[in-house]
Amino acid sequence: MAKFTKKKDGDLPAVSTASLPDIVFMLLFFFMTVTTMKDSSLLVENTLPNASEIKKLEKKDRVIYIYVGKPTQEYQKVFGTEPRIQLNDKFASVDEVGSYILAESAKKTQELQNVLTTALKVDKNANMGLITDIKQQLREVNALKVNYTTYEGDAFNNLQ
Amino acid sequence: MPRRKGAPEVNAGSMADIAFLLLIFFLVTTTIETDAGLDRMLPPIEPPEEDVIIKQKNIFTVNINRNGQLLVEDNLMDLKNLREAAVSFLENNADGTCTYCKGKKDPASSDNPTKAIISLKNDRETKYSTYITVQNELVGAYNDLRNREAQRLYGRDFTKMEAEYLNPETPSSVRDDLKDKVKRVQDMFPQKLSEAETSTN
Repeated sequence: MAKFTKKKDGDLPAVSTASLPDIVFMLLFFFMTVTTMKDSSLLVENTLPNASEIKKLEKKDRVIYIYVGKPTQEYQKVFGTEPRIQLNDKFASVDEVGSYILAESAKKTQELQNVLTTALKVDKNANMGLITDIKQQLREVNALKVNYTTYEGDAFNNLQ
Repeated sequence: MPRRKGAPEVNAGSMADIAFLLLIFFLVTTTIETDAGLDRMLPPIEPPEEDVIIKQKNIFTVNINRNGQLLVEDNLMDLKNLREAAVSFLENNADGTCTYCKGKKDPASSDNPTKAIISLKNDRETKYSTYITVQNELVGAYNDLRNREAQRLYGRDFTKMEAEYLNPETPSSVRDDLKDKVKRVQDMFPQKLSEAETSTN
């Protein structure tokens, strides 16, 4: 009996915080799994123009991205300062766009192949000549749905 | 000193701090971004089977030159006036078949909205930002007209209805209801925006 009475000091035992790390880790793993890291790093300058009449690009799994712009500082020595096309992680020429679109759409499931959108992320300082060539390539592979990706804002800001 | 207990417990209290640090790092670096932009359809590469004869007055030509200047229907125009000009062209309603149009019924302009075509041409040297601005204004002209009709018929903006219709989180019962409304307003002012091949000179 002496053993029992000895422990009674009178104050409450502290609430155990041992499970707190578990809870936080659970949250951590949740965020780690839902986070999708940007799959391609940008090799080109990509300041998009502004537009106000925009539509959201829902469902990322049915979008193929094409980046266009001036190569960034560290690539300018090799690739010059004229706007270039970036597909996935490397620079490409206009002729490669068609085969890239076909290869990318072949990776998607059958149902998605008919509803694919090509998102053109083009730097505002690029010229239309290159864009027209890309559009022609897209028409040749029958990827007719395009989205000129822009920031939301007043379109007249582009002109300054 | 005699040992009274077993090995002392490692203090795990700071574990939560470490995990919190990681958690906050991921929270900050995560960007759940949704891209947005102007949706357009490119014309198919094969030409249509039969040649459709389109009257010149039903085509609203917009030319952008290499300096970003606009030539609209053979007149130099400021970009700020483009939207207004496109709206009045679209709802001109020369043949009087469009009951909801408020146009001037100018016989030299478009017959009705279903026949009106906007043709956009640009130079190879045109800057992309100018091109996007022009595109934005032309799409805006269609949206203005569609919003007006949607407001009249359903009391809300067409752009909002369409966004809700396209949003995958909208319940399907609401979406079915919206589908007909969106379709109806779209058919009132069908978007006929042709992008011809770029002029090379």
